[in-house]
Amino acid sequence: MTSTPSFADTARQGPAILPLGDSAVSVEFGRSIDPDLNEAVIALAAVLEEAPFEGFVEAVPTYRSLVVIYDPLTVPGREVEALLHDKLTGGDRPARPRRLWRIPVHYGGPAALDLEDLARENKVDVEELIALHSGAEYRVYMIGFAPGFAYLGGLPEALHTPRLPVPRQLIPAGAIGIGGQQASVNSVPGPSGWRFIGETPVRAYDPDRATPFLFAAGDALRFTPVSAQEAADLAARRDAGEVILTAAVLQ
Amino acid sequence: MSLTVLSSSPMLTVQDRGRPGWRQYGVSAAGAMDPGALRLANALCGNDAEAAALEFGGFGGRFKTERPLRFAVTGGACDIRVGERLLQPDESHRLEPGEVLSIGALRGATWGYVAFSGGIATPEVMGARSTHLRFGVGGLDGRRLQDGDALPLQEDAPGPLLRAPAPVPSRPDQPIRVLAGPQDDYFDATILARLESEDFALTAQRDRMASVLDGPDLPARGGHDIISDGTMPGAIQVPGSGKPIVLMAECQTTGGYPKIATVITADRPRLAQMPTGTRFRFARVTREEAEAALRQATGALDARIASLAEKPADPFASDYLLSCDLVGGIFDPEALMEGGPS
Repeated sequence: MTSTPSFADTARQGPAILPLGDSAVSVEFGRSIDPDLNEAVIALAAVLEEAPFEGFVEAVPTYRSLVVIYDPLTVPGREVEALLHDKLTGGDRPARPRRLWRIPVHYGGPAALDLEDLARENKVDVEELIALHSGAEYRVYMIGFAPGFAYLGGLPEALHTPRLPVPRQLIPAGAIGIGGQQASVNSVPGPSGWRFIGETPVRAYDPDRATPFLFAAGDALRFTPVSAQEAADLAARRDAGEVILTAAVLQ
Repeated sequence: MSLTVLSSSPMLTVQDRGRPGWRQYGVSAAGAMDPGALRLANALCGNDAEAAALEFGGFGGRFKTERPLRFAVTGGACDIRVGERLLQPDESHRLEPGEVLSIGALRGATWGYVAFSGGIATPEVMGARSTHLRFGVGGLDGRRLQDGDALPLQEDAPGPLLRAPAPVPSRPDQPIRVLAGPQDDYFDATILARLESEDFALTAQRDRMASVLDGPDLPARGGHDIISDGTMPGAIQVPGSGKPIVLMAECQTTGGYPKIATVITADRPRLAQMPTGTRFRFARVTREEAEAALRQATGALDARIASLAEKPADPFASDYLLSCDLVGGIFDPEALMEGGPS
């Protein structure tokens, strides 16, 4: 999105395995935001989780690199590097089923702080803005910044909008945001400089739920417009402890 | 049965070994800033290494208990009292219902630990009891402890009072060792050299998440914005402002600043424990040297814990008598006057 993909170069040279202290390495596939690079990152994470090496602790996918955390008292870094090198050149990437989340969004209400302004700034009317936002498919590039906060790529260019120079102090969980070229579902209440156009009753993060986090890197997301009443009904079912959203599995 | 916080301190939290496994969802492990000191405090109380205890920054606070227990304070030198009895850190002591435990300010250290026999039994959240303050997860409602808070205690088994042998003296002027990278290639060789040739100091902008350093400018030739990638505790981020930030136990999981180097695991507790204002140097080491240093530090702690010695059973034989101000108590004329008939 910011520059041309460097996947070809990366593929020729192989990803760089960079030390991140003595308990982690960063496997860097490239230095740009690109769905193919991100897919390679997530594929390696899946391989490691499927068959973890002795001493493996956890893997953290980001836009274009995978942090692999290990216990150096169990496995020395040199061995981790060799192991990762084998996985990377093995070329046997398992086909990964992709999850698609359809997120109900009420484009309005108290969280839609910027809906009208964004329509005006981007020279579309509110209905067009909703159609654009809910017509696109988004990719979860990574989770970061806050628990369960998904950085979403795939926002239509007509909706790219700079962040506020001064962040607002408190944005509720479930607020639907736009920040630059990215989209988001706010996962916890907190300050944010992103612009907000609606809200969802879906909680990306709930520490008391059996699965505290809904989204994972590599998932696909779509937004479905719902009425204020439908959103309120879903919120009530959520508060009663019901599971209000499950992902469809795409092959 | 619970422990009551009579008066808290500004950075008093429940901590355990941390909450690994959730970084891919944006939640760092948290856990003790000085994991070795927490492990020692638990061992002195006969607790498992997994038990939760209290971590305090600067000074401890005052506590009382509903059931008899053993406790131990570790992390650094500080005044510990039960009633008027002055007690030593790195030993376990008894606390009875009705008594008040007071823990004063740490001297020459920043993070202290108080473990209680049985351990603190606040609910586990995502597999651990550690408080992650920034996200309000774990501990007691995910927050700092306040005056009046009551903390549930796990049942304990009877056990002896223990004393740890003196630690291997720390060498405060030793540099903090780092591994270069992952973005050391964003910096010219002359800038990388500054990391080792000039002094850095810990500023007061420090918490469980990160420490901001004072030091030389470290301009990045590739600019100070990278496409966000993964971070780890110990990573030294260099933002455009020039003041490097060392990430700590509760750091964010991803970040958009280049990381010039990463503090080795063996030296992270020493950095965390340095008092604000301490000047120090960084020194680059190889990964093999970092691994050897970690084995050495872990081995030294294992050996210290393996040689915990039982304290003399008679409380009047040792530290109790030494800690009593017998002379002052007997010959204080005002005390005699108050105590005697008028």
